[in-house]
Amino acid sequence: MSPEVFHLPDVGEGLVEAEIVAWKVAIGDTIALNQPLVDIETAKATVELPSPYAGTVTALHGAVGDVVEVGAPLVEVATALDGSAPLGELAETAASTGRPAVLVGYGVAADAPVASRRRRRGAPDSPPAAVVPPTPVAPVSRVAGPVRTTPPVRLYAKQHGVDLATVTGTGREGIVTRADVERALARPAAPSAPRTAPAPAPATSLAGRPVASWSEGPLEEHIPVRGVLRSMAEAMTQSAFSTPQAAVWVRVDATRTVELLESLRQRPAFAGSRLSPLAIVAMAVVDGARRFPAINSTFDAAAQEVVIRRRVNLGVAAATPRGLIVPNVKAADTLGLTEMTAALSALVDAARAGTTTPEAMLHTTITITNVGPFAVDGAVPILPPGTSAILAVGQVARRPWVVGDAVVPRHTVDLSMAFDHRHVDGALASAFIAHVGRFLEDPAPALIAP
Amino acid sequence: MADELVQLLSPEGQRVDHPDYECSLDDTAILGLYRDMVIVRRICNEATALQRQGQLALWAPVQGQEAAQIGSGRALAPGDFVFPSYREHGVAWTRGIPPADMLRIFRATETGGWDPQRYHCNLPTIVLGDQVPHAVGYAMGIQRDGAEEAAMVFFGDGASSQGDVMESFVWAASFMAPVVFVLQNNQWAISEPTSLQTKIPLYRRADGFGFPGVRVDGNDVLAVYEVSRRALERAREGGGPTLIEAYTYRMGAHTTSDDPTRYRVDAEVEVWRHRDPIERVKALLAREHAVRSSTFEEVAAEAEAIAQALRADVLAMDAPPATDMFDDVYAEPHPWTEAGRAEVLAFAEEAR
Repeated sequence: MSPEVFHLPDVGEGLVEAEIVAWKVAIGDTIALNQPLVDIETAKATVELPSPYAGTVTALHGAVGDVVEVGAPLVEVATALDGSAPLGELAETAASTGRPAVLVGYGVAADAPVASRRRRRGAPDSPPAAVVPPTPVAPVSRVAGPVRTTPPVRLYAKQHGVDLATVTGTGREGIVTRADVERALARPAAPSAPRTAPAPAPATSLAGRPVASWSEGPLEEHIPVRGVLRSMAEAMTQSAFSTPQAAVWVRVDATRTVELLESLRQRPAFAGSRLSPLAIVAMAVVDGARRFPAINSTFDAAAQEVVIRRRVNLGVAAATPRGLIVPNVKAADTLGLTEMTAALSALVDAARAGTTTPEAMLHTTITITNVGPFAVDGAVPILPPGTSAILAVGQVARRPWVVGDAVVPRHTVDLSMAFDHRHVDGALASAFIAHVGRFLEDPAPALIAP
Repeated sequence: MADELVQLLSPEGQRVDHPDYECSLDDTAILGLYRDMVIVRRICNEATALQRQGQLALWAPVQGQEAAQIGSGRALAPGDFVFPSYREHGVAWTRGIPPADMLRIFRATETGGWDPQRYHCNLPTIVLGDQVPHAVGYAMGIQRDGAEEAAMVFFGDGASSQGDVMESFVWAASFMAPVVFVLQNNQWAISEPTSLQTKIPLYRRADGFGFPGVRVDGNDVLAVYEVSRRALERAREGGGPTLIEAYTYRMGAHTTSDDPTRYRVDAEVEVWRHRDPIERVKALLAREHAVRSSTFEEVAAEAEAIAQALRADVLAMDAPPATDMFDDVYAEPHPWTEAGRAEVLAFAEEAR
């Protein structure tokens, strides 16, 4: 008879994958019901999975260290004729749809929470009213914030490539209904427009862990390398010792960006949103990736190929109470400024609240690390594994700048970027960062017509 | 803790004298408590395995707390009423609730799992501490009925920090309500140790409210039984509430979504492993009552059969219609729940 297949279950309320830590059985072993099969490590815990079948192991899917998706086959067992328990519906559902069966909790992917009313701290000084550019956004039917709709409609819209931000909701309290999406399908879609926030971090901590003061702590303090700290250490080590990295940097006059932000903050569409330079930088990076797709890539050493991606999942390095994590804004290249601002706000809120989903940290294609809130001018970052460029943004500050023959105070910012020098050469990296710099020097035209 | 703790059976299975309490149970009754604990642990292990196999959404393991639950549960009279939290599988067992019914809520096929009136046991309360005011209200109802019954409510060291629990203590004391508060102090409120939550032993909180508090060795089923029995009698006779702190330890995770190795050390778990609630009773039965190993094997075989039946029952549970949750909110149709039902149906239509 055909073997029973044990698919990896969601053992932790909303997980999407797990890493195989140790196999407890081998092919050919005779096993009993509930006999330990494998240790797996999820984002939440390391757990032992007991077998749902008695019989003989005929296949093990994955080696130690492999990451297996929830719902994927894990173990196959040829059962005796009198049989053991049948697979329940939950596992079947997960397998057939390829999606984890979410039973309780928060689900596998959270939609953006509503923006906080908190105002951004440390905003640059308001410049005198000078050249105030017009609103550089496409028409939108509502104020900034996530689109209100239901999960099935969200799925329906995604499957049909409809940008929900462009759909006017006719449901109760403006909720977008399926019928609204169907109407939108009948007309060409248009991009919409955005909000953002930097995150200051506590001083006396190590990767999110509190560190006792000089006088109160022990003579020698041992901090276990676990959790986010371990992830950070592994990612950095892997990157540093597998990828030859080089860096370029440029100082740009971001005065127009600062002025644009000030003017946008006055507009009702951005009322209460955390509009910050990061949002403009994000738009600039996406625009740069569009112009120079080769920067949005992965050097796959195993396959000996470079994978160029025409979709930007924009990673944002976030210092959280738990340490450094890099969640990303999915499909950032499809977002307008208002949406980008909302997405960055949601990402930062989730990171601070510790509710970032494992999924949100997967498949980053290019990364921004905003070191400005730490009051430094720049950094030479290390690439997140699997990506080819990470842009560091220093603090925006008024500095002397030469305009014509005069030295005048301007809002300037230093950009620096580490890149994978195996396939990205200095010319490409320089062209990309220069493009980002030009975007910040004059953001309005680029935002209007990307 | 030793001088404050009521203990009748040491971790090694030796009888311990106590000035206020003595064991009233014969060997048959003690064997019955042993059987209960073995079965409940086996049910818990099966449920944990089912969760790891994707058959339950979640499970809250009871391992280590069997004596605290069986001892108190078996002290109840049929007319008494139980208010459990989400970990009281042992108590549910003593009320005669079928094991499969305990797992329905964890498979997310039902919002409850059993008829509270039938078993005189309320449904698992997930919201921390909510069941405590419920129990006090029920106990005040008992008073008004003039019935000789008591309410027994279960909560943990974590829930003991909830304001609802404090208010319940005030009401119970003010009205001399026939309620027994069973606080299972399993040392960890998920990842927070009890020492962070209280500056005094928890049972002494009762002093401030004006009713007795007793700390009992929660891993000693004989002591838990006797302390519970006296508190219940006192309640039924109009003596008012009692707080029982069953001093125990959660041997496993808070739930299957938790990894206790991230916040507590193995050495601590090892200390408590030597205080296992089942092993000490087994030692007593073997030594003092000449219970043979074949009897222990029979109990284990019975527990195994119950676990297998439980597995089969769980795998046969189908998901209910999505609108099921509206059925039992009110006894009569209510416009709000009907609106909710219509919304769910419309949602399903959008997802077609």
